[in-house]
Amino acid sequence: MKIGVFVCHCGENIGKTVDCATVAQRAAKIPGVAYSVDNKYMCSDPGQNVIKNAIREKKLDAVVVASCSPHMHEKTFRKAAADAGINKYLCEIANVREQCSWVHDNIPDATDKALDLVRIAVEKVKRNIPLTAIRVPVTKRALVIGGGISGIQAALDIANSGFEVVLVEKEPSIGGHMSQLSETFPTLDCSQCILTPRMVEVYQHPKIKLLTYSEVEKVEGFIGNFTVTIKKKARSIDEEKCTGCGLCIQKCPIKKKAFNEFEEGLATRPAIYVPFPQAVPNIPVIDRSVCTYYQTGKCQMCLKVCGREAILFEQQDTLVTEEVGSIVIATGYKLYSIDKKPEDSEIKGYGEYGYGKYKDVIDGLQFERIASASGPTNGEILRPSDKTQPKKIVFIQCVGSRDEQKGFSYCSKICCMYTAKHAMLYKHKVHDGEAYVFYMDIRAGGKMYEEFVRRAIEEDGVKYIRGRVSKIYRQNGKYIVKGEDTIAGMPVVIDADMVVLATAMVAQPNASKLAQTIGVPYDKYGFYQEVHPKLRPVEVSTAGVFLAGACQSPKDIPESVAMASAAAAKSLVLFGSDYLEREPTVAVVNEANCAGCFYCLKVCPYNAIEKKEVKNKLGEIIDYIAHVNAGLCQGCGTCNATCPSKSIELIGFNDEQIYAEINAFSESFV
Amino acid sequence: MSTHHSANTTLSNEIFSNTSLNVLQCYQCGKCSAGCPVRNFMIDAPNQVVRYVQLGFDDKALTSSTIWICASCQTCSTRCPQNFDIAKFMDAMRETALNKGIKPSEKDSMEFHKAFLNQIENHGRAYELGLVRDYKLKTLNLMQDVEVAPEMLMKGKLNILPHNVKDKKPVKKIFAKSKGGRK
Amino acid sequence: MIVGYYPGCSLTGTGKEYDMSLRKVLSLLDVQVEEINDWCCCGATSAHATNHLLSVALPARNLMLAQKQNLNELLAPCAACYNRLIGSKHEISHNADLKKKVEFVLEEDFNSSTEVINIVQLLQKVGKEKIKSLVKVSLKDIKVACYYGCLLVRPNAVTKFDDAENPTSMEDIISATGALTVEWNYKTECCGGAHSIARKDIVTFLSKNILDDAKLNGAHVIVVACPMCHSNLDMRQRAIKKLYPSHEEIPVLYLSELIGIALGLNGKELGINLHFVDAINLLQMVKAEM
Repeated sequence: MKIGVFVCHCGENIGKTVDCATVAQRAAKIPGVAYSVDNKYMCSDPGQNVIKNAIREKKLDAVVVASCSPHMHEKTFRKAAADAGINKYLCEIANVREQCSWVHDNIPDATDKALDLVRIAVEKVKRNIPLTAIRVPVTKRALVIGGGISGIQAALDIANSGFEVVLVEKEPSIGGHMSQLSETFPTLDCSQCILTPRMVEVYQHPKIKLLTYSEVEKVEGFIGNFTVTIKKKARSIDEEKCTGCGLCIQKCPIKKKAFNEFEEGLATRPAIYVPFPQAVPNIPVIDRSVCTYYQTGKCQMCLKVCGREAILFEQQDTLVTEEVGSIVIATGYKLYSIDKKPEDSEIKGYGEYGYGKYKDVIDGLQFERIASASGPTNGEILRPSDKTQPKKIVFIQCVGSRDEQKGFSYCSKICCMYTAKHAMLYKHKVHDGEAYVFYMDIRAGGKMYEEFVRRAIEEDGVKYIRGRVSKIYRQNGKYIVKGEDTIAGMPVVIDADMVVLATAMVAQPNASKLAQTIGVPYDKYGFYQEVHPKLRPVEVSTAGVFLAGACQSPKDIPESVAMASAAAAKSLVLFGSDYLEREPTVAVVNEANCAGCFYCLKVCPYNAIEKKEVKNKLGEIIDYIAHVNAGLCQGCGTCNATCPSKSIELIGFNDEQIYAEINAFSESFV
Repeated sequence: MSTHHSANTTLSNEIFSNTSLNVLQCYQCGKCSAGCPVRNFMIDAPNQVVRYVQLGFDDKALTSSTIWICASCQTCSTRCPQNFDIAKFMDAMRETALNKGIKPSEKDSMEFHKAFLNQIENHGRAYELGLVRDYKLKTLNLMQDVEVAPEMLMKGKLNILPHNVKDKKPVKKIFAKSKGGRK
Repeated sequence: MIVGYYPGCSLTGTGKEYDMSLRKVLSLLDVQVEEINDWCCCGATSAHATNHLLSVALPARNLMLAQKQNLNELLAPCAACYNRLIGSKHEISHNADLKKKVEFVLEEDFNSSTEVINIVQLLQKVGKEKIKSLVKVSLKDIKVACYYGCLLVRPNAVTKFDDAENPTSMEDIISATGALTVEWNYKTECCGGAHSIARKDIVTFLSKNILDDAKLNGAHVIVVACPMCHSNLDMRQRAIKKLYPSHEEIPVLYLSELIGIALGLNGKELGINLHFVDAINLLQMVKAEM
């Protein structure tokens, strides 16, 4: 076998710590190396040509490139090798940058180490065999989880490109948090006015299958070939028969009992309800936890008044399966609650703000409902406790956010803007009112954002005070807000009528459960983890799964929509081919040797190991052995290392290759 | 508590090596000052004293009356969003000021602490009458508490004679060996 | 039940009624107290405000004395002493360097397995049911503002006692006497503590705010578990009245005194007559004797 070694200087990145010329000279003496050379920029066009020409002229069988991390340029060099006619898996990378020049400063030692790394790679490549990529077919159909603005956008983009979409929403209606908002910054568009046409478009789209009041239970398969099990929760309504006339809702006798989620608890709703008048679909749902019939066996008023016999008290949850090629997760966020948290939670509530006991100390979404024309006060600014108009209102930013002590170190990003909007809306509606905003920094990075905040301050006269509030308590009917103006360097105490807390955006409470179902990494806060923060912001490490909106980190509407379109585009890229090529470096089971202990199944992080039936001649199952689903396997090697009988081999990284590397390394000690 | 520290000013380094408090952890939100029960009696807000140390204005920080007006109630530390133990910082500031021989502008508090510790060093336990006597002589606040002191005596709440520990040696030794505080 | 007892300096002087009432109440509750032999001052605010090592070494000596008496639990009724004892123990066990210094100062190895508890914790251990079963005088006609001050609940990571912002354990214990407790805002606000002598103006100001909020919320009495809080809130009402003539006095009782009344002890036995603010009306409300 004739091997070529190509040592890259990476400008000065490698060259200034590793003597590349020496490495090339000494590499030439490694048995099997037929050609060896160094170059300033091996990844450049001329550099690649050095490799290609050498392969052709010197009739090389395999190459080792000593350069940066394989993460960076393995693809580049393998392609160059393939262009020159050798199998791309006969090209190995020796990482002499991240693992050598960048972490050392002694030139002779670093040079020795670089040579060691080259020798290791040479010994490995000697044992490499030509491999061909695995081809898998693609189901050109997408699943979108979450029907907020992100999910709606992603679903519409994919569907409008001509591919089918299954849109799953856990609530009875799509629309998400955006449907709760009054007006949106920085243009003060009416949120409902811009959102509801999109919701209707989703509903009427021939390519979108909408499953509301449904949750994803199970995801199997791999990129291009997912099988998803979805639980349709029992609505207690026959969706085919219901016309959405609303008579059942009007006649439900327990009008004022149930907590109204859409109004954030500022209003009540009947047991049978649609979350809000513009709900999509306009089909009610029965909340069995409060419905008199489910609780006592009596009533059935809704059934009596329904002319279509659409009430189905006996309806059960059902499971449906869908085949899809890509998954867009757009599950959104939740607001942090200042209520006292359970003892075992690392997240603490705000005792200094009353642990949620004061009725007129509300959060941002509650204020949205109060300011909304369709909200519980019809848009009049009235405080919840006594429905009077607050003449002095305090807004507090960074409640929970940027508060390490409460468990969240991150900035929620949108609060500066929506607080400015809240204060502005308040001033527009209560002309003689005073509005104060306590802030730490104003983060208004965005088109027309800073201008918007300045307008609140300069034109609407909102008083901005730089400092965090230490305590809120009720005395003589007022909410005493104790703060400090850190610019003036003096204490500020405001006797307010109402306080609005810009509480942190946090991950959905079941975010980690869904992540585990699909196989998506998440950070310590429960936000889903993208592959690369800059260059691959909507992809996750599980191929074929994409992220949109606030499930990845706090985001405003424009960003969520942009990200949703990006996730849609990523799905469309996938749907652009009939087949997918996957790395052949996957695990295979030596079936004759497998004892069926299934330790591999337990340790596999990608659920790629299956139990395969072994049948006798009569077709009876006599045993089970392990089988690797090559579509799911990511080639991590955990099974290989775990297998007690050494019955799993990782192609491209088999034991012989690994031992050869170790032996080559140990030579440097001789 | 942070293990990394790079404010690199004299006092911030000293505080870091003595207490592991990293003043750079403070992001100047002012919540400490907002909740400080004695804020109205301070000229510099607690967060400003931290700021002086962050910026290297060590003298300004050490001579601030704030460090002596602090009542050590720990409300600030309890609520600090950055988990910066500002009450401990104030302790460190007072100790450093004393060790450097800086005359505090808030003399009375310091004299009280000195008089108090003096009683303990000599008697092993606090002896209020002696404490009040020492303190008043030092500060010349002779008329203070005339409205309650006689009645306290009458009610037996001010002991005429000190309550000594039986064996005074161990306590005296603790005082002698702790001199110089942290060092 | 036997529990170690560290009265601290205040309970031998300004807070002697706390000591009196506590000993009587505990004996009715079948708790025997064993005082630490020849204990010394914990150093209080003055030590930790000026000399860190001293502030840790003084409590450490007392903890070692408790250890030598084989005390599993040590009651420090004074909230300040409690805070210093538990705080020092926490610091020494989390800082090997400091432990060495303390051992150098004490000239012995520091090793403390004694659990430091405050009065509320002791009463929790005794149990609400036990207190309830011994109540002779129902306090159902009085409303109590429970004042925790700073040092029982802060720093919460060290004391691990109740909630730092809205503690409720004292209310829970007091419910055994039938008394009602009020919701109020100054449960954990500082009274000025050690500023009592040097900065009377501060203490007067802070105490007034605390007293006012308790009254505003309908309390007939404030109950405390700290001799410093007691002297600031009780004794300083004279100075407050001088500055604000409209100030209406409100009695301030130690937790042990309030429970003592419920257990049928009279005012004198509990030392309530030693307070500056008369509690006679309060005692009359529950038909108890002075």
